[in-house]
Amino acid sequence: MKKILYAVAAILLVCLGLGYEVSRLEQPAVKAKKQSLIIYNWGDYLDPALIKKFEHQTGYHIIYETFDSNEAMYTKIKQGGTAYDIAVPSEYMVTKMEKAHLLDKIDPNKLSNFKYLGNSFIHQSFDKKNEFSIPYFWGTLGIIYNDKFVRPGSITKWDDLWSKKYRNNILLVDSARDIMGFALVSLGYSMNTTNLLKLRLALTKLNGLGSNVKAVIADEMKMYMVQNEAAIGVSWSGEAADMMANNSHLHYVVPKEGSNLWFDNFVIPRTAKNKKAAYAFINFMLDPKNAAQNAEYVGYATPNEAAMKLLPKSIKNDKQFYPDPSTLKNLQVYRDLGPKVTQAYNDLFLEFKMYGR
Amino acid sequence: MNSKKTKVLFMIPYLLWIILFVILPILLILWYSITDSSQHLTLVNFEEFFTNGTFLRMMLNSFWYAFLITLVTLIISYPAAYYLTRMKNQQLWLLLIILPTWINLLLKAYAFIGLLSNSGLVNQFLGLFGISPVNILFTDFAFMFVATYIEIPFMILPIYNAIKEINPVIIQASEDLGASKWQTFKYVLWPLSWPGVESGIQAIFIPSLSLFMLTRLIGGNRVITLGTAIEEYFMTTMNWNMGATIGVILIILMVAVMILTGSKIKRKKVEL
Amino acid sequence: MRKRISFAKTYLYLVLIVLYIPIFYLIYFSFSSGKNMNKFQHFTLAHYQTLFTDNRLLAIFLETIILALLSSLIATIIGTMGAIAISQVRRKRHKNMLLALNNVLMVSPDVIIGASFLVFFTALGIGLNFGSVLLSHIAFSVPIVVLMVLPRLNEMDYTLVDAARDLGANGYQVFSNVIIPAILPGIASGLFMALTYSLDDFAVTFFVTGNGFSTLSVEIYSRARQGIDLEINALSTVMFLFVLVLVVIYYFMTTKRSKKAKRMMRGLIK
Repeated sequence: MKKILYAVAAILLVCLGLGYEVSRLEQPAVKAKKQSLIIYNWGDYLDPALIKKFEHQTGYHIIYETFDSNEAMYTKIKQGGTAYDIAVPSEYMVTKMEKAHLLDKIDPNKLSNFKYLGNSFIHQSFDKKNEFSIPYFWGTLGIIYNDKFVRPGSITKWDDLWSKKYRNNILLVDSARDIMGFALVSLGYSMNTTNLLKLRLALTKLNGLGSNVKAVIADEMKMYMVQNEAAIGVSWSGEAADMMANNSHLHYVVPKEGSNLWFDNFVIPRTAKNKKAAYAFINFMLDPKNAAQNAEYVGYATPNEAAMKLLPKSIKNDKQFYPDPSTLKNLQVYRDLGPKVTQAYNDLFLEFKMYGR
Repeated sequence: MNSKKTKVLFMIPYLLWIILFVILPILLILWYSITDSSQHLTLVNFEEFFTNGTFLRMMLNSFWYAFLITLVTLIISYPAAYYLTRMKNQQLWLLLIILPTWINLLLKAYAFIGLLSNSGLVNQFLGLFGISPVNILFTDFAFMFVATYIEIPFMILPIYNAIKEINPVIIQASEDLGASKWQTFKYVLWPLSWPGVESGIQAIFIPSLSLFMLTRLIGGNRVITLGTAIEEYFMTTMNWNMGATIGVILIILMVAVMILTGSKIKRKKVEL
Repeated sequence: MRKRISFAKTYLYLVLIVLYIPIFYLIYFSFSSGKNMNKFQHFTLAHYQTLFTDNRLLAIFLETIILALLSSLIATIIGTMGAIAISQVRRKRHKNMLLALNNVLMVSPDVIIGASFLVFFTALGIGLNFGSVLLSHIAFSVPIVVLMVLPRLNEMDYTLVDAARDLGANGYQVFSNVIIPAILPGIASGLFMALTYSLDDFAVTFFVTGNGFSTLSVEIYSRARQGIDLEINALSTVMFLFVLVLVVIYYFMTTKRSKKAKRMMRGLIK
């Protein structure tokens, strides 16, 4: 019996030792304040160097966690057991979270760098007074193709994807709104349609694409496109920028039927424990220099006008990523469609994944 | 140990565990499956499941995949287990077969991403024979292959143990009596090793239904199993009610299988 | 016969090769200076350097071990107590019911366990963090401990208990001097199995984790979804060596023991 008690004590002791080691490892480089700031962001969506810089400047310790869809993030926050100080939902999700009373108000007056944001990016329809959200990045949904397999210029619209040439050669991003959305646009419908019949038709159209689809994946699409695993990918502009930086054969097109224009935004969830740090961080990220550095790292378009001026010409004049007004007017911003219709989008998309081949 | 008090004292934590982590979760899942998002009682989820062909198809599909995975694993593992009983240094061989199961499952799945991609090792090898890149990753084949790969050790071990227990004299006798190899296998070896095969099958079939990370990473969401569907409904689309419904149906099927085969199912991980 | 053996050997070698190719593939590329697992560039240890300076990954690695140790320890205690309690139940029907309930978590697919625990924690308002993961790991490890300990209890020689009692031992003394030593091997293998269950789990943890807590499996999953990162390869090498060392120790311990057993047997025959 004694031996057993010793064994138990030994195990507990080992745990204690390891626990100490963990706390030592998780200690920030700067030990001024021990407070931590938990950020819940998309994968690979923030320059790690900036995290370090912020930690050095303020002494807060950042815990950085990632999600790979708006919906997954919403689930975790709604579930209630979490205490994220900052999250980064897209615009329709901001509305949805606000409706579900998951968000805390943000006072832009407390953010001295708020003034650097471009006029066309603030006071958007989903948050008219920027009471709940501060724009972080914006971008489009489009088609990435590899000129090794696809003749440059032969893809200009969504309908081109249905061509028999691309059998088993298309990668889709695993996102219900986007994939259902482009099917809707290709049929000439709104990406925000709430008409179930139109949605059904879109699913039928998507199922026709099934044999061309090689996989429905998330962040790893970047790697596969860079490795020439597939000819075509459907994803967001920033992802495309990242891929193109690593493989010169890749090109990005915003289809001419129209596409999605989206905004990712900082929000502060209700459950946040460290609002002061959250404000400090948002303001830090709005600083033109930091915003520019981040935009260069992430590859999405920044809504920060002062930061844009700091960006190299090759980036800010790139029409693929900072589209001209004629393209912009064809783009649609997602609206929150309420739980029922959103569910329909999700269910139909799952049906496509189960069935469309 | 005689006093009633100690008996109760020993029972309390265990009963607490049963109530909290066995009964309550099942009841909650049941509750979710028969309500809608606004907590009204309804059977609409079940209706949806059985009238919408997609769900039935998906269910059939995932049973079909689980069946194939189990079958292929069995076909590969049985000879291996049999030959293993003929080897010297069986302990060492066994260890070598068990060792890979100790490497994290996700790491192995991750390795296959590299192995099977268009520019990966397998395609480089095929390239030597002038076969242009073959699509392997994101196919049904890739999913089945990796799943089988993962399950093989769990099939070899119980079969090995079962064959090991057969008295070699019996096989000897069958051969002496002029039975062909096939006859010996069919009438002696197979029936006698059946308990091992059975526990191997049981150890593989059910986990095969819920390999959702493989359908993602290797199957590229082109294969949707019951596990993937449940995960999607709970974690992504947040339709917990539908997810719970699929879960309840899976539980009912499992119970049915257990009652039909009338045996208790042992899970994975055979003792070293 | 000779030919048969060689065929057998070839087959087994083939199976082994297939089993080890992915692992060695990972290890091989952990030394490559490239960015992917397609072509070996130059030999480098850079990925090991990043690995050992990646505090987050190291912390997760240690936390995974803490989680495994703690959960298996608690599960072993609850499970052993439960097994003893079950063995004392006289009525057959009650006993069978307890055993059936015990086996529910053994046979459920991981996804169901994970989903139902997520629902459970949400209903009770328990936050998703280390605590919820620990509770879940304890929960799914308890039944295996019970199953490992119960046979030992059934095999136990109850005359020993009576004898001890006749000699004036009190309840505690009987428990610690008779019962525990008799079932100790069962407890040990239960602990061991609980440990492997916990270290191996992905699906259940995936459902009930949150708030910055993550285990190695979940972390690898989310990193694998971001593409190939040779740091993960370096991690595999380290883990493989770790397991290898454990297994070698185990191998020598067991073979030694069996030699001892043989010697004892010989002694008995003499």
